Amino acid sequence: MAMRVYPYGTKHAPEMIADLSRRAYEFRIQVLQMVYAHQTGHLGGAFSSAEILTALYFHHLRVNPADPNWHDRDRLVFSKGHACAMLYTCLAQRGFFPVEWLMTFRELNSHLQGHPERQKTPGIEVPAGPLGHGLAIGAGMALAARLAKSKRRVYAILGDGEINAGVIWEGALVAAKFQLDNLKVILDYNGVQQTGTTTKVMPTEPIADKWRAFGWHVVEIHGHNVAEILDALDHADEIHGKPVIIVARTTKGKGVSFMENDHYWHGSPPNEKQFQAALGELQEAVARWQN
Amino acid sequence: MRTAFIETLFELAQRDERITLVVGDLGFGVVTRFMQELPKQFVNAGVAEQNMTGLAAGMALSGKIVFTYSIANFPVLRCFEQIRNDICYHNADVKIVAVGGGMAYGSLGVTHHATEDLAIMRALPNMTVVAPNDPIEARLATRAVVAHAGPCYLRLGRAGEAILHKPTVAFQLGKAIRAREGSTLTLIATGGLLQNALQVADILAHKGIQARVLSMHTVKPLDCAAVLAAAQETSAILTIEEHSVVGGLGGAVAELLMESDVPAVKFKRIGLKDAFSSTTGDQEYLRSVYGLDVAGILRTIEETLAI
Repeated sequence: MAMRVYPYGTKHAPEMIADLSRRAYEFRIQVLQMVYAHQTGHLGGAFSSAEILTALYFHHLRVNPADPNWHDRDRLVFSKGHACAMLYTCLAQRGFFPVEWLMTFRELNSHLQGHPERQKTPGIEVPAGPLGHGLAIGAGMALAARLAKSKRRVYAILGDGEINAGVIWEGALVAAKFQLDNLKVILDYNGVQQTGTTTKVMPTEPIADKWRAFGWHVVEIHGHNVAEILDALDHADEIHGKPVIIVARTTKGKGVSFMENDHYWHGSPPNEKQFQAALGELQEAVARWQN
Repeated sequence: MRTAFIETLFELAQRDERITLVVGDLGFGVVTRFMQELPKQFVNAGVAEQNMTGLAAGMALSGKIVFTYSIANFPVLRCFEQIRNDICYHNADVKIVAVGGGMAYGSLGVTHHATEDLAIMRALPNMTVVAPNDPIEARLATRAVVAHAGPCYLRLGRAGEAILHKPTVAFQLGKAIRAREGSTLTLIATGGLLQNALQVADILAHKGIQARVLSMHTVKPLDCAAVLAAAQETSAILTIEEHSVVGGLGGAVAELLMESDVPAVKFKRIGLKDAFSSTTGDQEYLRSVYGLDVAGILRTIEETLAI
């Protein structure tokens, strides 16, 4: 049974924001269980993107789970593919495939590969894994949508480690050249990549100035605040003549105190004790949003 | 071949608005008419081949038939990961066009020589690899790759190649063209070296040696039937390509023969040895240096067959 959707255009009432915020924590629990059960997967970047993906799939995106290839659907290019456990969870809860599939994550012959694949999983647009591919692909999709005079929008979710890749900046140039205002990038700016903080590995600040200099409209938000995410997505639809990037300032490992901002949790699975502790914290967060 | 390609593509694109040409800021003078008359079907992605290839994948996944266009090894090497993951893995309808295959950009140097491209592209699942031998084949190959849904690599020469076929020649992807009948030995050529193969056959004919000549314009899928027939009906097979002997046409034919039940046939790959084509010179000179001119091919045949 797919979860309730607040269709695109629904007013952002406090109850809706609380409901989506609670779900983001429920989805973190799901992801924690998937990664713990198989002792493989990426928690940190999945947790940092929870509210972003929840806001998109349960409100903003115009998609049809009954017809995943509907030609005028909005496209979501999940370029930081390693964090796909959260994407799978949202897709399943949105009705793209049975929720039962989730616990088969990375199992033999599973529909849910370790990195997303279009052929295996309904709702996935492009494969990802090697970082940096998504922006150019998204720009191509946005250009094709404009040529088709379609109102469909293209969302590309990038990680902040990912923007070390030069091809991201090639895509930034081309999207600005073609004034692709139907292309919206959401940068999951959690400040931590696999081997350390972005400040140490490859400094990217001043991030907003960089994108502005490339000709983009930049919105900066708190990336775990559902109300801010929803407003920013609406705002992005009102910008014309420029591509938009929403720099979502997030926390890697968000929701579990000992995982937050620690690059160890980029790709390491928890042991039983850690699992129980993490589960407890996330359950408390769910309870908080219920009240 | 370049002209045959762009003229054909322009004709097709006028009738089919799905056809889109994405260039990596190359083709000055060549793509001008396409750019001016079909602006909605033309994208200059800048000097950024990964971006060019990613854009093409995104457009193809949205219903377009997309050609990426650059020179020599540029549309293949820098963006190989995009070709593999974003195009081939989901069979996206992108055609990768390299103008100046082999050593066509002779004196521009080894960085501009596409001499491993056939091997690299051939290794990719879902990829069709086509290297026409003359402008007629280039024209027909352009039509054929548009009609074929899925990734293709079209490796063209540059300009001024001799016309070797009648315009009505039967052309089909994956099916060799028998350009000369013969029963003594078989020469199999790809990527612009058919002309030399035919001249070699003429010289051999004067010596009473009848060489069969095959134009193997499609390196993948290989025309296995034509190769196996040659192995059964003639006593030697020599492959000729302006490409490394590793993994290209010669590699493909060798793999087939080793796994076939056909009795041993004399076999030789004529191509660049496993070394860089670093001599300075134009294409004609480089072919002579590396044994791909008529004299060089004859020399190898004589050594191989002890004739």
